[in-house]
Amino acid sequence: MADLEELREAILNGDARRADSLTREAIAQGVEPLALINQSMVPAMDEAGRRFECEEYFVPELLLAARAMKAALEPLRPLLAATGARAAGKVVIGTVKGDLHDIGKNLVASLLEGGGFEVIDLGADVSPQKFIDAVTNSGANIVALSALLTVTMPSMRNTIEALKQAGLRDRVKVMVGGAPVTQQFADQIGADGYSENAPSAVALARRFAGSAA
Amino acid sequence: MSGLAEWLKDGPLLTDGAWGTQLQALGLELGQSPDFWNIEFPERVEQVARGYVEAGSQIILTNTFRSNAIALEGADIARLNRQGVAISRRAAAGRCRVVASIGPVGKMLFSGEVSAEQVAAAFVEQIAGLVAAGPDALLLETMSDIEEARIGVESARATGLPVIVSFTFDTGRNRDRTMMGATPEQVASAMQEAGADAVGANCGQGIEHFLPLCRRLRAACSLPIWIKPNAGMPEVTPEGVVYRTVPDWFASHAPALLKAGASFLGGCCGTSPEFIRALASGAGEWRACATS
Repeated sequence: MADLEELREAILNGDARRADSLTREAIAQGVEPLALINQSMVPAMDEAGRRFECEEYFVPELLLAARAMKAALEPLRPLLAATGARAAGKVVIGTVKGDLHDIGKNLVASLLEGGGFEVIDLGADVSPQKFIDAVTNSGANIVALSALLTVTMPSMRNTIEALKQAGLRDRVKVMVGGAPVTQQFADQIGADGYSENAPSAVALARRFAGSAA
Repeated sequence: MSGLAEWLKDGPLLTDGAWGTQLQALGLELGQSPDFWNIEFPERVEQVARGYVEAGSQIILTNTFRSNAIALEGADIARLNRQGVAISRRAAAGRCRVVASIGPVGKMLFSGEVSAEQVAAAFVEQIAGLVAAGPDALLLETMSDIEEARIGVESARATGLPVIVSFTFDTGRNRDRTMMGATPEQVASAMQEAGADAVGANCGQGIEHFLPLCRRLRAACSLPIWIKPNAGMPEVTPEGVVYRTVPDWFASHAPALLKAGASFLGGCCGTSPEFIRALASGAGEWRACATS
């Protein structure tokens, strides 16, 4: 199955067009969607994450790989839906109130999508109420909060408090991240998890999705 | 003698500290772009600028970091920039130089979110606004992408003013890469080649981590080095966010940085006029360091 290896390479190299066409070819040849996901796509993103950890990959390479992954997933969606396969989980993500920075948040959102999650991206400078509305309307099981500015870190605490007051806290796992955020801070504000970088955010979301199922 | 060589003939220069946190102390709401205050509350922006002039800054920046048409879509770019320089000029009142601040456009080139032409047009428009009010030099700061900075330098050089480019190194195990993965060596040589008059590092981490960055930039090019570190990592307390770094401790790092080749020294996030005062009080000592 040379196709599977080629698809893995295309994703790893961030070649979205090639990833898309290889996936379509594989489907036409009758390759099982789950085989494509498990033997090409997931290993590609795991390898991209590993390269990021080793400082061979940085934000650009990671983001392009995630986009290629998303492109490869697109033609599989109808097939997966037909088999009754569900998304790995549903994540509401946003940069918290007062913070306009969205590069890190976008990266995590892309990697989550690449990882098979359904992602509801609320953008930047998102009020606690918007998070509450999105969780209520979507039935998401994970909320991901981002902050780049130290001065906006308290907005993470406020968002978690607001989820509590809205009676939603027990329905979702809350994960936090961003340059100034630490595990200690995550513990202090009662988040369920913290991740230091985008690939580990996906691993964290997978753990949450597993525990919620 | 090039513009900046003339500036530096008597030794390193003291720049300014953070603006955003100072403006917040005067009522700027979180999530609001400080740049709009150039039009809404020019007197408050001038108060921040004057704080640095009075603290001993020999160079102050302008409140124009985000004033480009990509970051602030629909804003009156020409006016924001012109006003920003005019405010700093008024505060300087001939006592110090004014270097106009230009931040990243806020969208990424490599991902195709913006084209090189759009980035160039945004820089050209911002720079035209700045130049209309007559700054002494142009500063591209907090950059992470060499390509974007290259476009900025090209646009800035066309004005004939000195051009300084400063990157943020905050990524990787040793925090010696930009978000895009560039090393100090890659940044220094690319910016020298692009025709920048000075290169440097700002933001991203506390002053205690800047010495290796300064050394590596210095070793990789023949340009003067611009250094503006953060006050250190903040702590979040029940009372709010607190920077524990005190001005004297911050200033105690100055001699080593100057010895390592820094020609311009000031502070970024978390620093205040007190930090600049602390640096200024040691200025005699650090001048001696830099020339020894």
